[in-house]
Amino acid sequence: MKALDRKLLRDLRLMWSQVLTIALVVASGVGGFITTLSAVDSLELARDRFYATGHFADVFASVKRAPNALTQTLLALAGVADVQTTVEQFVRVDLPGVADPVIGQLIGVDPQIPTRMNRLTLRNGQALSTTALKNQAIPALVSAAFADARRLVPGAQLSALINGKRRTLEITGIALSPEFIFAGQQGVPDLRGFGVFWVPRDTLAAAYDMDGAFNHIAVKLAPGASEGDVIARLSAQLSRYGGREAHGRKDQGSHAILDSEIKQQRLLGTFLPSIFLAVAAFLLNVVVSRLVATQREQIAALKALGYPNWTIAVHYLKLVLVIVALGLVLGVLLGHWLGTQFVGLYAQSFYFPNFEHTVAPWLLAVSIGITVATAVLGTLNAILATVRLAPAEAMRPAAPGRYRRTAVERLGITRISPALRMILRNMERRPLRTALSIGGVAASVAIVVMGNYLKDAIDYIVDAQFSVALRSDVVVWMAEPAGDSARYELARLPGVTAVESGRDVAVRFVNGHISQRGAIQGFARNSDLRRIVDLDKRVASRLEGDGLVMADRLADKLGLRIGQTVRVEVLEGTQRTVFVPLTATVREMMGLSAYMERRALNALLQEGDLSTQFALAIERGREADMLQASKQLPRVAGAFSKATVLRNMQEVSARNIRIMSAVLTIFAVVIAVGVVYNNARIALAERTWELASLRVLGFTRTEVSGLLLGEMAIGIAIALPLGMVLGYGLVHLVSVAISSDQFMLPVVIEPATYAWAGIAVLMAGVASALVVRRRIDQLDMVAALKTRE
Amino acid sequence: MPTSASAPFLIADYAPGKAVPPKVAGQTMPIASLSSEVVFSGHGLCKVYRSGEVEVHALRDVDLDICRGEFVVLLGASGSGKSTLLNILGGLDLPSSGEIRFGDQVLTGASDSELTTYRREHVGFVFQFYNLIPSLTVRENLALVTDIASNPMPVDQAIELVGLTPRRDHFPAQLSGGEQQRVAIARAIVKRPDVLLCDEPTGALDYVTGKLVLEVIAKINVELGTTAIVITHNAAIAGMADRVIYLADGRIQKVEINMHKVSPSELSW
Repeated sequence: MKALDRKLLRDLRLMWSQVLTIALVVASGVGGFITTLSAVDSLELARDRFYATGHFADVFASVKRAPNALTQTLLALAGVADVQTTVEQFVRVDLPGVADPVIGQLIGVDPQIPTRMNRLTLRNGQALSTTALKNQAIPALVSAAFADARRLVPGAQLSALINGKRRTLEITGIALSPEFIFAGQQGVPDLRGFGVFWVPRDTLAAAYDMDGAFNHIAVKLAPGASEGDVIARLSAQLSRYGGREAHGRKDQGSHAILDSEIKQQRLLGTFLPSIFLAVAAFLLNVVVSRLVATQREQIAALKALGYPNWTIAVHYLKLVLVIVALGLVLGVLLGHWLGTQFVGLYAQSFYFPNFEHTVAPWLLAVSIGITVATAVLGTLNAILATVRLAPAEAMRPAAPGRYRRTAVERLGITRISPALRMILRNMERRPLRTALSIGGVAASVAIVVMGNYLKDAIDYIVDAQFSVALRSDVVVWMAEPAGDSARYELARLPGVTAVESGRDVAVRFVNGHISQRGAIQGFARNSDLRRIVDLDKRVASRLEGDGLVMADRLADKLGLRIGQTVRVEVLEGTQRTVFVPLTATVREMMGLSAYMERRALNALLQEGDLSTQFALAIERGREADMLQASKQLPRVAGAFSKATVLRNMQEVSARNIRIMSAVLTIFAVVIAVGVVYNNARIALAERTWELASLRVLGFTRTEVSGLLLGEMAIGIAIALPLGMVLGYGLVHLVSVAISSDQFMLPVVIEPATYAWAGIAVLMAGVASALVVRRRIDQLDMVAALKTRE
Repeated sequence: MPTSASAPFLIADYAPGKAVPPKVAGQTMPIASLSSEVVFSGHGLCKVYRSGEVEVHALRDVDLDICRGEFVVLLGASGSGKSTLLNILGGLDLPSSGEIRFGDQVLTGASDSELTTYRREHVGFVFQFYNLIPSLTVRENLALVTDIASNPMPVDQAIELVGLTPRRDHFPAQLSGGEQQRVAIARAIVKRPDVLLCDEPTGALDYVTGKLVLEVIAKINVELGTTAIVITHNAAIAGMADRVIYLADGRIQKVEINMHKVSPSELSW
């Protein structure tokens, strides 16, 4: 080994603690990058593979009832390559010993004709067959997520309320479908409360009087066909059959969630690690600059010995590269391990036949490339300083640093202690370094804020949706629109203290040439159990009169202003077109909702005083009784229990968010330690002579430590509030990037989140300070004064 | 041992380029290696540099010639310009004006890489504060040079020359000042340089150690025939030189030729 390389290794060993802290910052950046992006890549890869093998459809539509003969017409539409129809129904499912309401989606499958789209992958058990089961049970394949959560195995039986009749479903196999990769309903992860059951189509059709008919279609687009055009053509054909929403993959439940997850994680996975790499570059710059300054005479000696400039520059570059390489190795290992864990977490919400964590070679190459480039660029200035250093100049002691009165002093505040004066002048002497150090610590505060923000945001959304807006405990919906008698029936159920009727209707809003499909939700006048709540959790609007209240996003999309009239095409029952004034808009968190007073809506529909669903308030502790009793009401098609959904959701998302927040907090602490510790070490190295002199002059250890640590304390004191502001900005940025026209992520940060971020970073700072303090205590005055600096 | 009896040459007797007078036989230090071949020749050397906010005239119009195998002492108070002159001779620095030649090679106006090659091939440096690499052992500090030199002597031979064989695997921090300076000398000569440039080699050493180091330098000069140029502000050291150049305020004040060189062990201060 060359003597110069030996020097490199010894230098590295001497500064191991700094090397380690910087390598850890690099590792956090690289690790974060690889973890997130490899997990997302694996998710995307698994999705694409499943979509390909499962022949996932491009366009989906529901109708009330259309004859099978229509299929040929649809097939003939321009841009349509294939059409597959089926019958689907939502039913109430009962599991032995389970009180919670469970919703089942039944999908008809013809066991004799292989499906061409949305093909199932059988995980275990047997495919559906035509042979009938004993005791008239309906054979069913169940979705793997539900089967796992409810521990269902082939042979298990459960009952379902199918068109008012209780029927037994017998599980023959457990299946996965590209249509139901995301395990949950309406965007909320829920493994236990929602299951998909594939049953023989003829059985399902017979139960719902759908023989020779279908109510759901899947469409494959011809190569190069425009999705929008096909959707328009389909909608035109389907409208007379009670066509609800024809939509592309973008609005398909499972796909939309997968898509937003991928988009979000890609954003976070690129954005946050960039901060780490920037901090690492800064730390490397500070440390290498310092190293070059302390080794000024060694560099001069090397030059005097005849070492060319580039050899010396490469020597210091190697030092940077070794630290970065260490960080890269740690980061890649960390990224691989954490990525596998993340994929494990994903696998509990997203169900694929094959889902493995892979780190793509390009991702490795890009991570390594970006990291090395950042580090080299960050330290280039310090490394080139070795080239610029004239050897003859370096033989002379460096000229004393130029200090001047600080801004504070120049402003006329002169009554400050000499110690504080020294601290301030020192900070002001290297404004860039001081600013970057403060920035680094502030960044770590911001990252902790960011990590815990997601929890705050979800808590906020849950509170807004489940406490402020939806104040009922259970919502039940009816198989068919029902009159007031159903309401009285429900009111008599055990524990029910209040019932409010609601009416939903699918419509198309049209304003000029702009149209948008959606629904109008009809609530009771001055409803207590369901309120319209805005982004700030304020009850935004009371439903009065016969006008519409719309989400502002919907009104904007339609180009509508309050007071204007919108054309409403009813897509259910007797399809009529009416004109309704827009009386108010509300800034909601999610969705493109529209509301009306229920009676006014019914009047518009000319259908009498009907309701499709009822919101129920229930006495504490009586919910299970009520749900059990409601099973006896044949008209009730399904029930939604707020408490159950919340519990099921918490099971998945609360844990994921806890993990996410913990990972980011650890990463942020690594940054904070990296910045504070390295700065303190460098300040100590630079000022050893000065501090030793002060000790000789009679300063106590505490006073001397105070001088050095005071600088850190002031830095952290500035960084904490700055970091909180930065965190708010970061959260804002992320919220804007993630929000879509369907969904707005609220920017809410709880005081506890700020406090936790502050405490975590402060602790990291204090711990670093204590380590440095020990070094100050061990300061050898005599030796320090002997060294020529 | 006889000490110098004749009067030293005065500056008036000295002219650049003029052959160096023959040495007196029977001296402690044989002068067989000394030739009339000029190694360095400088004309009108000036150096101005800025230190902080001050402009310093370090050298003012200096002319000098130095011959192969010669032992030259540059004597002067601090700030007299001797270090600047040494740095220019060693290719660490360039004069602001004037010309300096090493043999046939003009160093003035040489590029940075030409100066690097010049230092690598021809010059050995010894600094006042040794400038050893603290993270490398004695042998490794020497290896630093043998790694890049074209015709070095074996590392252990150089260590032997300075008498540090038992300490060759020690780190600089484990050595005394004198030992460190001897390492620095060994490091300077291991490449078999044409010239050995020493900047206050005894400046940081005590009396006894200082003499030991001077002995090593004298030995190198004699045994290897290496031209040695030593800077000092210690006038006593002048006694061991072939020639003493006095500098003050950036100018050569006078040049003395020692008719009777003495061994370092006979020096006292």
